Amino acid sequence: MISSRLLRRFFAPVLAFLSFISMSSAHADYELNMTQGVTPISHQIYDLHMIVLWICVIIGIGVFGAMAYSIMKHRKSKGAVAAEFHESTTVEIIWTLVPLAILIAIAVPATATLIDLEDTSEADINIQVNGIQWKWRYNYIDEGVEFISALAESSRTNGQSGVADPTGNENYLLEVDKPIVVPVKKKIRFLFTSDDVIHAWWVPELAVKQDAVPGFINDSWAYIEEPGVYRGQCAELCGKDHGFMPIVVNAVSEQEYQEWLVAMKAEAAAVAASADKEFSMEELVAKGESVYAANCAACHGPTGAGVPPVFPAITGSSVATGDISDHIDIIMNGKTGTAMQAFKTQISDVDIASVVTFQRNSLGNTVGDMVQPSKIKSLR
Amino acid sequence: MSTATTHDEHHEHGPATGLMRWVTTTNHKDIGTLYLWLSFIMLLTGGAMAMVIRAELFQPGLQLVDPNFFNSMTTMHGLIMVFGAIMPAFVGLANWLIPMMIGAPDMALPRMNNWSFWILPFAFTMLASTLFMEGGAPAFGWTFYAPLSTTFAPDTTDFFIFAVHLMGISSVMGAINVIATILNMRAPGMTLMKMPLFVWTWLITAYLLIAVMPVLAGAVTMMLTDRHFGTSFFDAAGGGDPVMFQHIFWFFGHPEVYIMILPAFGIISAIIPTFARKPLFGYSSMVYASASIAILSFMVWAHHMFTTGMPVAGELYFMYATIMIAVPTGVKIFNWVATMWRGSMTFETPMLWALGFVVMFTIGGFSGLMLGVAPVDTQYHDTYFVVAHFHYVLVTGALYSIIAAFYYWVPKWTGNMYDEKLGKIHFWWSTISVNVLFFPQHFIGLAGMPRRIPDYALQFAEFNMISSIGGFAFGLAQVFFLYIVVKTIKGGEKATDKVWEGATGLEFEELPSPAPYHSFDEAPAVK
Repeated sequence: MISSRLLRRFFAPVLAFLSFISMSSAHADYELNMTQGVTPISHQIYDLHMIVLWICVIIGIGVFGAMAYSIMKHRKSKGAVAAEFHESTTVEIIWTLVPLAILIAIAVPATATLIDLEDTSEADINIQVNGIQWKWRYNYIDEGVEFISALAESSRTNGQSGVADPTGNENYLLEVDKPIVVPVKKKIRFLFTSDDVIHAWWVPELAVKQDAVPGFINDSWAYIEEPGVYRGQCAELCGKDHGFMPIVVNAVSEQEYQEWLVAMKAEAAAVAASADKEFSMEELVAKGESVYAANCAACHGPTGAGVPPVFPAITGSSVATGDISDHIDIIMNGKTGTAMQAFKTQISDVDIASVVTFQRNSLGNTVGDMVQPSKIKSLR
Repeated sequence: MSTATTHDEHHEHGPATGLMRWVTTTNHKDIGTLYLWLSFIMLLTGGAMAMVIRAELFQPGLQLVDPNFFNSMTTMHGLIMVFGAIMPAFVGLANWLIPMMIGAPDMALPRMNNWSFWILPFAFTMLASTLFMEGGAPAFGWTFYAPLSTTFAPDTTDFFIFAVHLMGISSVMGAINVIATILNMRAPGMTLMKMPLFVWTWLITAYLLIAVMPVLAGAVTMMLTDRHFGTSFFDAAGGGDPVMFQHIFWFFGHPEVYIMILPAFGIISAIIPTFARKPLFGYSSMVYASASIAILSFMVWAHHMFTTGMPVAGELYFMYATIMIAVPTGVKIFNWVATMWRGSMTFETPMLWALGFVVMFTIGGFSGLMLGVAPVDTQYHDTYFVVAHFHYVLVTGALYSIIAAFYYWVPKWTGNMYDEKLGKIHFWWSTISVNVLFFPQHFIGLAGMPRRIPDYALQFAEFNMISSIGGFAFGLAQVFFLYIVVKTIKGGEKATDKVWEGATGLEFEELPSPAPYHSFDEAPAVK
């Protein structure tokens, strides 16, 4: 038969290619199904998913089976003569009521799970999660620990706006610079909001997916049963680097969690103290380069060329070469009506001072002036 | 008419010649043809964008396009396929078929008909021109959620807003025309409950269009004033609410889904009885099921928004209402299977596409039911599982029905049979590749890949590659379809007046093939 020969001819190279690819990539641990997760809710959701899936499969077998039987037996080439019937009230009532009953059977456990899912009361820990283009800010409200978590450069080889390269990256695009650390067996309540557009915080293993809406607060919760590292991503299209704002949740024992809190508080104190220190221009420019790469390069480009007119260039810009107080103001407070964020809520005094100094004395700019962190501190 | 025939009146009896025929035509068949060609051009354009998307996703890493352009591609692909390919194709079929099916000489409002078509090429030219403008084309997804589409959008968004307004005007005019035609111009004896289901489903669709296109127009107008005139409909800083945008959008968007599938139900309900040589099972329950689906479609919109932070009572209501839609939809599927049951089936190309529709639309319906279960939607929402779902209902649903309709009615339109062998190759080629394309996307989605990302983690690599290969093959199959269409128009075996042994309906029983330029100048007798 021509068609089968055609098929073979078409598929042989495809299959050869596929088998070559799967041999060359040792990371072939793909999943076919939803994760069961590590929280009571994620287990419930998984069970519900499987119930509905099997109901669909069984109905599918019935419907497609009847169709296939009919296609085999009731064909003209086998001498089938068409019957005349074209309605039956009884049959039609049956196939209206039976699906209705099945739906009610699905709705009952679904209702119970949904009510559990939405019950965020009596939480042990409250963590506020702010979506920012394209990173997350976490605030442990009861502890006063606050930090930004963004895609780790190491999990994307060539920088946020450079060429991405997955080779040799086990957690390609799924590693962050600072993961959030939470204790196991505690009810953790997450409060979501956003500084700019709508994001969605999703960690499949926790079965938490909730939109972070600017100006509003949503909440959800997780009770993690097993220690481990759980990865997720932003799930709501939020602009250019939507695909590059991963989430890493590090679930640890209560003791490790307490140790981590102490370390975070000490680090924050050290950063605050450094604001009063006097820096040389070389120190600030050197530090500013890494601050720039982490916070500015996504829009303004690694070389400062930007993507005009949406994302202006830094090189030769009137802000970066003009009055330094305007420059500081725009970095600290952002620019309303544009994607330019207010960085005073995101990075430290030292970081702001160093990135301002860096932008004025690098990326092709040679203004020659600088600002000390203490000045930034006084402007807050 | 005697010796007094003037030139003008003579002019009315055949098509004008040259390009002006198409510009000035008020003939329902010409306008139907224009709509169908526009829709085909848009299908290939939107398809080319899908090829860019699949090529970028072929392997992990960013190889071909930058993330912003990738977002423009997904946005434009969605807009062009929904508003440019699927909707105009159904309007084209309505133009061609409704007058012939109800025994009318033309559409009720022929000049408006011309206008509603000719708006569209300008709307799509304007939309597509943004690709070449500074700042790039809209990149906020076809659902254009605020504030990404307002405060944070490129300047070209204003072109997008105006294009959407034009498409809405065109759709509303088309819908008014369909309603006026069906309610006023049926041949004597063609009672409502004798109308072919395609006419019924289009009548319902037209009401949906009139109800929801103004809502979409309202949404984009609010975007426009938010962007330029200092309002804060969708900006919390000014007292507005970004989530309200989603409520408004989906109040349009969910009925829109049924606008794109109800006429498909009508087409399938015409084709299956013809090739099963047995009348449609449960005609009146089909009519009632279509009407119930249409009414329910207004009451379920927020199932697209289960993760936006609705109160639990709202989520419960929208979950119950949503899964209820499975009942009338199930009735339709069961009726089609019962129509085949104990029939005398043959499997010409239109029947193959119709059967493909029934099977794969049902698969899309199953995943739709799964998505409707609110707590589980927490895991499905905004993943490739959703992408797989809506491509099963829109590609192997709506698009398959349009292709089936082409093969079924083209002999009546052109007088030529299509090449049966090529038609079957087209079907099997498309059906194998479309499943290679979209079925693995269920797995990718369940495994946790979000939609609308230009690059992905390594565990999604294998299925993305398979999906891309299916995508390229499916795209090529539609270029092959273009060849079949042109070949059929140019010539081919002559079709009989009845075309198909089991065909019923005025267009097959009362008109020659090809149908004359003016048909039913005198109303036919309807038994």
